[in-house]
Amino acid sequence: MIDYLKKFMNKVIRNLFKRKSHIKLGLYGPPNGGKTTLANRVCKDWLGEEMGVTSPIAHETREIQIKEQVNIKSGNKELSFNLVDTPGISTRIDYEDFVKAGLPALQAKKRAREATKGVIDAIKWLDEMDVVVVVLDATKDPYTQVNITIIGNLQARDIPVLIVANKIDLKRSTIKKIQNAFPQYEVIGISAKLGSNVDKFYEALFAVAG
Amino acid sequence: MLTLQLVPYSEIEALSSVGRIRKLLNLAKDNKIVLLQGRLRKEEEAELIKATMEEINDDFKGIELSVIYSEAKNEDFFKKVRTGFMNVLLGDRQGLTIIGPANVIKKIKKDPDKIQLFTSESKDKIAKKVGVKKSRK
Repeated sequence: MIDYLKKFMNKVIRNLFKRKSHIKLGLYGPPNGGKTTLANRVCKDWLGEEMGVTSPIAHETREIQIKEQVNIKSGNKELSFNLVDTPGISTRIDYEDFVKAGLPALQAKKRAREATKGVIDAIKWLDEMDVVVVVLDATKDPYTQVNITIIGNLQARDIPVLIVANKIDLKRSTIKKIQNAFPQYEVIGISAKLGSNVDKFYEALFAVAG
Repeated sequence: MLTLQLVPYSEIEALSSVGRIRKLLNLAKDNKIVLLQGRLRKEEEAELIKATMEEINDDFKGIELSVIYSEAKNEDFFKKVRTGFMNVLLGDRQGLTIIGPANVIKKIKKDPDKIQLFTSESKDKIAKKVGVKKSRK
């Protein structure tokens, strides 16, 4: 009962402030799904500058990154938000994986330490979000517990969700599998890297956050 | 050697969220694969990931986590309400939660009907495969 009351109050407070100031739009997902690539795409499209550094090695984003006052327009609609790029959430972090990816041992250990802190921060920030875009790699299996836990927590907090199936430029990608895994949500297939289908992503964003 | 530890829901139902997470995480840190009857709340799953991150070091690399949950698709409205009510009263005892240390379980692969644990007792060894199939309602 207390949980339900808490959720209700959170929703009321969120809706109150949503109208007064910029909403917080979070990018969530497992590592290497393309959250920062999508953040860069959005910022380049609407602010003319990139937001963060990307890398093929997982956990490149290890701190919460915020780009304030992003305004996007479509026809006579306008949406203003603070874009929050979060570190990838995972249940395991092994510095040896970074060594295998080519980092020196000391650097790999530092990256692992920072990455664990990043995951904790990303989870803590869930409560701050008004809308969340979950960025999934469309070439990977969507039925992971991390994906289910992220989406389940957003659902439990009543936060609107849009799922992006990223990397559709790659041959192995499949949007259908993600749609089957999360049938209650809209899934938009894009290539954040190449900019394919990004217009549809903005339209969907208006529908979810507008 | 692989140790599978069965945890009945009755063992965690009286514990607080922190207590549940500590119990499960300690078992995983003890190199045991935990088979928990039922499942944690979504918020507890997120807290489990947070607690895991706080404990990662050179020896403990984290956990692998998966939940098998059979949602009856053709259940009528009253049955759904009854199940929801029972879950609120008694906790969610349906399904099975698998938690294992990342240095033992390489990967958990799940599709809606089955779950596969790829295990490796030490790095670079060929992964073993343990299959668990979900029984249909």
